[in-house]
Amino acid sequence: MIPAILARDLRKSFGSVSVLRGVSLDVQPGEVFGIIGPSGSGKSTFLRCLNSLETIDSGDLYVNGEFVGYCFERGNLRELSDREQSAQRMRIGMVFQRFNLFAHMTALENVTSGPIIVKKLSRVDAGEQGRHLLDQVGLAGLYDRYPVQLSGGQQQRVAIARAMAMDPEILLFDEPTSALDPELVDEVLETIRQLAQQGRTMVVVTHELLFARDVCDRIAFMDQGQLIECAPAEDLFATPQKQRTRDFLQRFNVSEPS
Amino acid sequence: MTTSLESDLPTMTNVARVTLRHPMRWVTAVVCVILLSLVFRAFAYGQIEWSYVGQFLTAKAIMIGFSNTLLMTVLAMALGIALGLLAALMRLSSNPVANAVAAGYIWFFRGTPVYLQLLLWFNLALIFPVIGIPGLVEARTVDVMTPFLAALLGLGVCQGAYTAEVIRAGILSVDSGQIEAAKAVGMRAPQVLRHIVLPQTLRIITPPIGNEVIGMLKHTSLAAVISYHEIMHTASMIYFVNNRVIEMLIVCSIYYLFAVTLLSLGQALLENRLGRSLNKSSGKLKVEEGVGA
Ligand SMILES: Nc1ncnc2c1ncn2[C@@H]1O[C@H](COP(=O)(O)OP(=O)(O)OP(=O)(O)O)[C@@H](O)[C@H]1O
Ligand SMILES: [Mg+2]
Repeated sequence: MIPAILARDLRKSFGSVSVLRGVSLDVQPGEVFGIIGPSGSGKSTFLRCLNSLETIDSGDLYVNGEFVGYCFERGNLRELSDREQSAQRMRIGMVFQRFNLFAHMTALENVTSGPIIVKKLSRVDAGEQGRHLLDQVGLAGLYDRYPVQLSGGQQQRVAIARAMAMDPEILLFDEPTSALDPELVDEVLETIRQLAQQGRTMVVVTHELLFARDVCDRIAFMDQGQLIECAPAEDLFATPQKQRTRDFLQRFNVSEPS
Repeated sequence: MTTSLESDLPTMTNVARVTLRHPMRWVTAVVCVILLSLVFRAFAYGQIEWSYVGQFLTAKAIMIGFSNTLLMTVLAMALGIALGLLAALMRLSSNPVANAVAAGYIWFFRGTPVYLQLLLWFNLALIFPVIGIPGLVEARTVDVMTPFLAALLGLGVCQGAYTAEVIRAGILSVDSGQIEAAKAVGMRAPQVLRHIVLPQTLRIITPPIGNEVIGMLKHTSLAAVISYHEIMHTASMIYFVNNRVIEMLIVCSIYYLFAVTLLSLGQALLENRLGRSLNKSSGKLKVEEGVGA
C-alpha cells in the first residue's frame, strides 16, 4: 500500500537556523498520526512542508504518492505551476493554530469558499453541503455570523468545517486548541475526535497529550528538528524508549498510565 | 469582630453633588466668538457685492464649469485607481521586469509636480508630432491632445502613482494567515487575490482613497493652466471681464464645499457598508453576552 505521507531525511533551515534535521516518517492511509514535542522543535514547520507552505531544502517528501511541490519532467525535477500546486493542496486540508478564517466572509461563506471558488460547485449545492458540515461541528444556526461574532472555539470549528468542505484525503491540524481559552478546548477536541472515527488520514500536532493518547494510532515525539521516537500511542506513553521522550512526558505527568 | 461597614467614615448618601467646573471651555468659547465676529465684520464691511455672489451662483457658465470639474474628478480618479491597482500588483509580483517598470513609473510621476506634468501632456506634440501605429492609424498630436485629454492624462496618470502606494500598503496589511488558509484550501494565486486579498484591501484603503478623491476635486483646478474649462477657469474668465474677483472666488468656494460635503457623506456610507464584517453586532445578529473573539 502506498503510504499517505512518506518523508525521508527531510532537512530545512531558515538562514543559519536548522529547523528540520533529517526527519523520516510514514503515515498510512486512514491512520491518525500524532506529533508531540517541545515548543520550537519544528512540528509546525514539518506540517507546513506537507502542503508546500514551506519548501524543503533536501530529502524526499511524498504525499498521496506524489512529490510535494515538484514533479518529474524529462529526468529533472520541475517546480509545480500555480495550477498543479493548487490541485495538490486541494487533497490536503489544514487547520491552523490561529483559525485564519476569512474575516470578510460569514461562517457559511468561509466553508463554501473552497467548493465554490476552487471546485466550481454551484452556490446552492455548496451552501447545502456547507450547512450540513456546520451542523456536524455543532454550529447549526450560526451560518451568517462573521468571524468576529464567534468565540474562539466556534471559529476553530468553522475552520475545521472549511477544511472538510474540500473533502481532502489528508487532514492536518497544527495545535488546533492552543490559542483557545481552557473552557473552549473540549468542544474542539470533541469535534476532532469525531472526525478521527471516520477513517480519514489525519496528522495532529498537539500539546494535549491525553487527547493524543486517546485519539491517535501512532505518535511521534520531535525535539530540536529530529524525530526522537515514534510508536503506537499507548506504547509511547507507557514504555518510552528514549531518555529525552521520558523527560518530556514526565514534565506533563503522563508517562505512567494511572 | 466588628465589620468596617459600621465605621465613622462620612457617608455619600444624601449629600448634594456639584459638577466639576470647566473654566477653559468658557475661555475658548469667548475667544472663538470674538474671532468669528471679526471675520464676519470684515466680510460685511468689505468690498463684497453679495448680490453678485447670488447671481453667479446659478449662472450657466459656472454650472457648466462645475460639472466639468466633477467629470474630470471622476474620470481622472477612475484612471488613477486603475493604474494604481495595476502598478501595485506589478510592484508586488515576482516578475522583476514588471517590478522595475512599476517602480520607475511611481518614481517619475511622484517625483515631478502635477502642474509640470499637465504642461508636458498638453505640449506632447513638441516631442511626438504624430502618434498612432505608423501606416495604420496616425494622427497629429495637436489634434488629439485636447485640453480635456491632457488634463485627464496629467491628473490620472499622476494620481495612479500615489494610489499605487496606497493600494500596495493595503494589500500588504491583509492578514498573511488568511492568505495561507486560502492556499491550503487549494485556491490559485489569482483566486486568493480576487476573493481574499482585494475585498479586504478595499475596506482598508477606503479612507485614504476618499482623501485622494477630495484632493483630486481640488487639483482639477490646476487644469486651468491648459485651459480646461473647469470651474476656476470659468470663474477667472468672468472676473477678468467684470472685476468681481472676491465674489467669484466665494461662488467657487461654495461649490467646492458643497461637493466635498457630499463626498464625505458618501465615504462614511461606504465605510459603514464595508465594515459590516468587523462589526460585532451588525445586522439582525445579536451576539450573546460573554461571547467574544
Ligand atoms: N519563517 C521563519 N523564519 C525563521 N525562523 C523560523 C520561521 N518559522 C519557524 N522558524 C523557527 O523554526 C523553529 C521551529 O519552529 P516551529 O514553528 O516549526 O516549531 P513548533 O514545534 O511548531 O513550535 P510550537 O510548539 O511553539 O508551535 C523555531 O526556532 C522558529 O523560531
Ligand atoms: Mg507550532
